[in-house]
Amino acid sequence: MTKLRFHIRFPEEKIPEPVIYQIGREYQVVTSIRRADVRETTGWMDVEFSGETEEIERAIAGLREKGVLVDPIELNVVE
Amino acid sequence: MAKMKALICRECGKEYPTEALHVCELCFGPLEVKYNYDEIREAMSRASIEAGPKSLWRYKELLPIEGGPTIGLHAGMTPLVHAKNLGAFLGLDELYIKNDCVNQPTLSFKDRVVAVALTRARELGYETAACASTGNLANSVAAHAAQAGMQCYVFIPGDLEAAKVLGNLIYRPKVVEIEGNYDDVNRLCSEIAGERRWAFVNVNIRPYYAEGSKTLAFEVVEQLGWRAPDQVVVPMASGSLLTKIWKGLNEFQKIGLLKDVSTKVNGAQAEGCSPIATAYKDGRDFFKPVKPNTIAKSLAIGNPADGYYALKTVAESQGAMDAVTDDEVIEGIKLLAQTEGIFAETAGGVTIGTLRKLVKQGAIKKHDVTVAYITGNGLKTQEAVVDSVGRPFRIPPSLVKFEQTFGQQGAA
Repeated sequence: MTKLRFHIRFPEEKIPEPVIYQIGREYQVVTSIRRADVRETTGWMDVEFSGETEEIERAIAGLREKGVLVDPIELNVVE
Repeated sequence: MAKMKALICRECGKEYPTEALHVCELCFGPLEVKYNYDEIREAMSRASIEAGPKSLWRYKELLPIEGGPTIGLHAGMTPLVHAKNLGAFLGLDELYIKNDCVNQPTLSFKDRVVAVALTRARELGYETAACASTGNLANSVAAHAAQAGMQCYVFIPGDLEAAKVLGNLIYRPKVVEIEGNYDDVNRLCSEIAGERRWAFVNVNIRPYYAEGSKTLAFEVVEQLGWRAPDQVVVPMASGSLLTKIWKGLNEFQKIGLLKDVSTKVNGAQAEGCSPIATAYKDGRDFFKPVKPNTIAKSLAIGNPADGYYALKTVAESQGAMDAVTDDEVIEGIKLLAQTEGIFAETAGGVTIGTLRKLVKQGAIKKHDVTVAYITGNGLKTQEAVVDSVGRPFRIPPSLVKFEQTFGQQGAA
């Protein structure tokens, strides 16, 4: 079991969609939301995904396909 | 009692031991160093600082190390130049340039943060230094690791210019080029930092690393004769530097070295990568990440880790933010060089361009004691100005031709 932390962002058009619910249904990952700020025009969440590493990788690819932006919890580490 | 009390979450306030941790386990907020200021107040005075080494380590009581400095012994104490010519041009009586173009050993302010990060990393038992960088940070980590005899890994995007790769290879670190786009590189580096027992200076050592930037505030106060400036203009990449300058000023007040701090902290970005300045202009307390497209590559961080805190700092200090075009960046570099003889990299052009704007807007006034932070050397980014500085006069080896070109008085 792996636990990985991410910062995910929702573009305005994705805010009404139940993305976290969908990811939990489509992939074998458990999502723990630690902090979040979702508003009318933008939204972000700091989350932890638990599951097999490959399944988390697939879930991240799935999130990106849905138009959600996924970054490391540290945001940009390349300086 | 130790001067470092704990690491503390900037969001929920949960405290952690002073180890190589950077994210709160509870809320995933970033961690920073919490100090025992009562003890530091007893140990630190203007006289004790003035008697210290001519480096940033003269402020070691306010830096996150337990013993003495061991790495980066020559960083800091760079000149604070009273920029009379540039000041006259801009209409400012007391403009100062904090010139980190000449920081040691790699000619950028990153030598400060890396000196602190690797000294702390050594204390924590690390033998390998690492970073992900496209420029100044990689140079500094590689140079310091070489001097300290540490193993070193530098991760870079696969499409980095040859000159920048060479600037790292000379110190003989293991340079790893990663295929893929910026986001792929970024994510892999974060994952490697989580897997290996390495001192990844701006990831797992970040709480200590970032504290090195405070010395840019400490030095300016001391060099101004123990007073805080009225205004500072600071370039923003991750936003960390700006927040730490503010923290440094307030720490000096906390331990009694300054009476009042009413400094306005102003942030500068390039328009091609201005998530923080744009949020400020729009009156938002959050920023929207961007894909960078600017010549100011050392500031090209589209999703800045400290962007939110930079917005908060500028609001708290009643400063301002602005952004400049790439043409204005080049104009800023030339203006600083041609008035003060200081050749800054593109980030310096951003700072000077933004300073100009803030003066024009009336945010910075004639009598304000103003400090502009110049964070890197122009010799590192010559490609940015190569087409805008003219050409040499070319003449045959003949005195007649010389005088025809320049006249009897030597004026052309």
